[in-house]
Amino acid sequence: MSVNDTAAALPAADGEALPSRDRLPRQAVRFGAVALLWLAAAGVTALWPDADEWERTGEFASLLAVAAGILAVAASLAAPLTAAPGGTARPAPRSRLSHAAGRLADSMPWLAVLALALIGWEVLTAKLNLLPRPFFAPPQALLEVYLDDWPRLLDCFAASLTLLATGYAIGSLLGIVTGVAIGWSRAVGYWVHPVLRLIGPLPATAWLPIAFFAFPTSWSASVFLIALASGVPVTILTWSGVAGVNSAYYDIARTLGASPRFLVTKVAVPAAMPHVFVGLFMGLGASFAVLVVAEMLGVKSGIGWYLQWAQGWAAYANMYAALLVMALVCSGLVTLLFRVRDRLLAWQKGMLKW
Amino acid sequence: MVALETTVTGPAGTAPRAAGMAIDVRAVSHRFELHGAPLPVLDGVELRVEPGELVALLGPSGCGKSTLLRLIAGLEPPSSGRILADGRPIGGPDPSRVVVFQDPTLYPWRTVRDNVALGLEARGLLRSQGRRVEEALALVGLTGFAKAYPHQLSGGMAQRAALARALVNDPRLLVLDEPLGKLDSLTRLAMQSELVELWRSSGFTGLLVTHDIEEALFMATRVIVFSERPARIKADLPVDRPYPRHRGDPVLTELRHRILELLGLAETW
Ligand SMILES: Nc1ncnc2c1ncn2[C@@H]1O[C@H](COP(=O)(O)OP(=O)(O)OP(=O)(O)O)[C@@H](O)[C@H]1O
Ligand SMILES: [Mg+2]
Repeated sequence: MSVNDTAAALPAADGEALPSRDRLPRQAVRFGAVALLWLAAAGVTALWPDADEWERTGEFASLLAVAAGILAVAASLAAPLTAAPGGTARPAPRSRLSHAAGRLADSMPWLAVLALALIGWEVLTAKLNLLPRPFFAPPQALLEVYLDDWPRLLDCFAASLTLLATGYAIGSLLGIVTGVAIGWSRAVGYWVHPVLRLIGPLPATAWLPIAFFAFPTSWSASVFLIALASGVPVTILTWSGVAGVNSAYYDIARTLGASPRFLVTKVAVPAAMPHVFVGLFMGLGASFAVLVVAEMLGVKSGIGWYLQWAQGWAAYANMYAALLVMALVCSGLVTLLFRVRDRLLAWQKGMLKW
Repeated sequence: MVALETTVTGPAGTAPRAAGMAIDVRAVSHRFELHGAPLPVLDGVELRVEPGELVALLGPSGCGKSTLLRLIAGLEPPSSGRILADGRPIGGPDPSRVVVFQDPTLYPWRTVRDNVALGLEARGLLRSQGRRVEEALALVGLTGFAKAYPHQLSGGMAQRAALARALVNDPRLLVLDEPLGKLDSLTRLAMQSELVELWRSSGFTGLLVTHDIEEALFMATRVIVFSERPARIKADLPVDRPYPRHRGDPVLTELRHRILELLGLAETW
């Protein structure tokens, strides 16, 4: 396939209000055009000589070409599936495969823009050297980091995730228990509420110097800080959720013979769950922030430390590479939490889709 | 109509299996606080309900009917006076006295089946008596909606689910606070007959708050008419007609006229 072939096909495909049997080639052409954009990115990278030597330019070009190839194959497979036989704009999903094809079709504009952005980035950095170095690294420099430094990156992410999971799990569990206790027991509320009001608004990072001093290891200090950062919002939201439970729910359960324990575990907690999840989301965001700061300042491992180290060596490509993976990981964790919530709160209507 | 199997099983086919409960309301007064001022709601209510009776409570809106039911359920103690269940003072809620509240208040996080199973689950009987849940669902015609969530039900279906949630516990006293208020008139008439059938076959004592005089007369053995707030008993009218009743029964029509008079609505007759 050449650029000219597609160009010739495009006007016909873009015509409005085509009969339904023409949707198939039209969809295929759109997919093909995007694949071609990726091929163009590969071409620019491979054929236009770098201003300075970059080690992984060839690999990067191949990667782009592979992406273009995958897109082309996916396009040829998906096009017939997304084409609507009845002529409706978007057919009802018939199978998992056609569902995936539909999503691929949805992301076509993004994939096109991404290819263009990569071309722009490549040209401005590696090809023309227009952006000040070393602050702006070309994409192949990031690839170089992934290819050469992956064991260390992997170690750092494993360390960070362990720390985050430990702190977040402790913080949210304690937060839920404390929140329920405050909402449920007047005595607990009397003693804990003022403490929470005083300490709650304080950013967890403010405790950093004391924590590193008071805890035996910087790791346990970091766990404490992350637990604190995630625990406070979870506590407050759980508490407000429990306090806001419709008292008729308790009346019903009590007339049906429920014990106090049943009222807590089967009425108060599930009724407060939507609030608890808001707290869990806030806590997760806060714990990302604390994690990175704690690792930059104390713990000698993890992604925060990697960022710090890369900056110290002016290894900006390493920094971007780490940031990119970090964004993916954080977003993945938030998505995971959304999935858990969707599962547990399937009974709610009108839920926000992430 | 599907019969609910009761916990008290007598010889096959004999009369009431769960014995009704006697309720004694003795000189009960009750008041709330509203904006710092006391709000008297019940004023010296005196009421004796014999086991197996089905007593309807009628009265103007806001007079204190639901409040009386809450006191009988044991959710709150009366400000003064005593309430006895089978001669023993009521100290708190008990699953033998089940309330169907004015508002269905199903738990939105539970499916219809799990809502209906609530009482059995709370008392740890779900394992042994889980079958009763399906029976109660069938009774109120919600079998096909066992897996639905409350937000997927219509108002009337939610009320039927709340009724099933009460019936599954095989109560000795069933307290109904306008249980059919949200039903359309056809379903309502059908449910009235079903409730009477159920009451006659199970033998529980029933207390029924309603705004519908015809409903009270069609269903109840006695109709109590309350005054405006603070509620006092204005009249206690036995409805001495055999079941199944007919809505056009002239005796009921006559009673209806008297009740309208008592409620100050005689001129609408
Ligand atoms: N928890 C409360 N605090 C203060 N006032 C209350 C409370 N509950 C009920 N009341 C008041 O008590 C009065 C009686 O209320 P209740 O719910 O018993 O009326 P009702 O006879 O059931 O009316 P309806 O037929 O409209 O349901 C009302 O004036 C109401 O404002
Ligand atoms: Mg009421």
